[in-house]
Amino acid sequence: MHFCGDYRTSYQKDMEILQTPVTKIFVTAFFLCLLAWPLVVKSEYLWITMQIIIAVIGAVGLNILTGFTGQISLGQGAFLGVGAYTSAYITAKMGLPFWVGVPAAGVVTAMAGMIFGVPSLRLKGLYLAIATLASQFILEWVFLRWEPVTGGSYGIVVPRPSIGGYVFDTDRSFYYIVLIIAAVMVLFAANLMRTRTGRAFMAVRDHYISAEIMGINLFKYRILSFAVSSFYAGVAGALYGHSLRYVSSEQFNIGVSITYLAMIIIGGLGSILGSIYGAVFMMLLPKLLTVVTTNLSASFPGIAEVAIALEQGVFGAIIILFLVFEPDGLAHRWKMIKAYWKLYPFSY
Amino acid sequence: MTAQYFLQLVISGLVIGSIYSAVALGFVIIYKATRVVNFAQGELLMVGAYVCYAFLVQMHVPFGVALLLTIGFSMVLAMIIERLILRPMIGEPIISIIMVTIGLSLVLRSAVSVVWGTDILVFEPKLFPQETITLAGMPVSLEFVWCFVLSIFLLAVFSVFFKYSKAGVAMRATAFNQQVAQSMGISVKYIFAMSWVISAVVSGIGGVLIGNINGINNTLYHFGLKVFPATILGGLDSILGAALGGMIIGVLENLSDGLCNTYFGLSGVKEVAPYIILVVILMIKPYGLFGTKEIERV
Repeated sequence: MHFCGDYRTSYQKDMEILQTPVTKIFVTAFFLCLLAWPLVVKSEYLWITMQIIIAVIGAVGLNILTGFTGQISLGQGAFLGVGAYTSAYITAKMGLPFWVGVPAAGVVTAMAGMIFGVPSLRLKGLYLAIATLASQFILEWVFLRWEPVTGGSYGIVVPRPSIGGYVFDTDRSFYYIVLIIAAVMVLFAANLMRTRTGRAFMAVRDHYISAEIMGINLFKYRILSFAVSSFYAGVAGALYGHSLRYVSSEQFNIGVSITYLAMIIIGGLGSILGSIYGAVFMMLLPKLLTVVTTNLSASFPGIAEVAIALEQGVFGAIIILFLVFEPDGLAHRWKMIKAYWKLYPFSY
Repeated sequence: MTAQYFLQLVISGLVIGSIYSAVALGFVIIYKATRVVNFAQGELLMVGAYVCYAFLVQMHVPFGVALLLTIGFSMVLAMIIERLILRPMIGEPIISIIMVTIGLSLVLRSAVSVVWGTDILVFEPKLFPQETITLAGMPVSLEFVWCFVLSIFLLAVFSVFFKYSKAGVAMRATAFNQQVAQSMGISVKYIFAMSWVISAVVSGIGGVLIGNINGINNTLYHFGLKVFPATILGGLDSILGAALGGMIIGVLENLSDGLCNTYFGLSGVKEVAPYIILVVILMIKPYGLFGTKEIERV
């Protein structure tokens, strides 16, 4: 959306990721804050921040598939699992370093995504959603039953990375690895959307028949979208596994897929920034609910027993409320707020 | 594998399948009329079972009245859901609709856990006589037979309803084209509400049946997830397809489980078999056995 008072005169200017000097300063400052973050906060908050950053990677990946290419996936949780198990197997059982494990997790998950993306050749919308739901259940079952590789219900204990004798065994040091990987991947996604590939994704989403007539190979771009998205999921899953130092099948159930879908819907479909907002929101929400229920249990003693169920219900209710009242997501709302102040007092 | 064991698997598959059919029927009714994919179908079944339990066991109401009250409750619940949650979603993309029903399923699940806890509850005065009859040389509990018969009965009623009754025809018209239906004097809002009511009632009855047989706990919603293999196999918008699909999925999951267990020593195939079948169907015949084919070519 472009408003009056928008003085962009060249296409190059129009395509910039950070469009105004203020945004540039703000984003740089924010990144510097993130770098300084581990030095000032308690380890508990640092842990949450790290999980949020990992979720951002996964959410951006899902948004490339669902938001930009229009292919609904209910299998993101399982793809995270594929990444986590791949990296766990490579580092813990084959003894190779973390720096091999994480890229390999991305590649293996991308391949898994391409296999499960094959139905997208013929299916779309609802049918594809159901196909990915099936892939979620099938993969979950494989995690639990393929014991030689996945450790079955015992899971795998995963080491932290090391480089030249230095082991990143504290959350503080591991945080920087996560942050840098996430920054690179988010930047890559934002840039991808400015290339032919990104525009092809959006064309496939907006009107796939027209896209095909314009010379876009539908099958190629649909599969590519699955591959890129799964690569992100794989890396996010691997980092998650290494951050917890433990991988087991119940960490990647259908609930995780739903949480990720909720992230991108609440954040904003087809928006990189939206994925970030959504990931922050959905990761902070359970923490917030826990704080609320713990405080409430002081005055209502019965609440502690039903706390988990209650949190789930509130989680569902928030998804519903967002979809009913804010269907375009947080990114859109943020845009509207900015536009309001930019155009004040002539908001036309 | 003996023929006896095989038959046993088929029959128990048919019984579970008849519950799948009932839930799939509810799913298809909503999908047919409103094009809403209801991920909360299993939760409607669960709520039905728990509400019936509340009337029957906790309030000591006779079974007939309890069933009627459960049906009434399901109707009211469905109307509230349709009015408050689904109606604002008309015209939204399919992903929002999927997500909103997932949200609904979480809310319903949580409500059940908060009110009734997570323990297994058993229906005390049993609805069906606790006897067994001999079918093809093996004993089958009579309540299974009743369950099967009731599912078939529901299927027949709804087939006739959609084919001949005025409301049924109006629902089919709405499914076909909402604008045309509206201009012919059919209230689309009313049809949407009605399809939700019917669907909730059918699922609720399914819940009561399964509650009678196995007892209920808060994982009962898993039945809702089997709806997808069943309806995709039968065709997403076919009543007959839903009924048959449910039965077939029930039998196939039992058979594959039994086969893999005997010959490969692989346990737990039951959980995943329906979804493998689902993927295979989507690859070769995405519109199922009886579904309407939507052909698009470039």
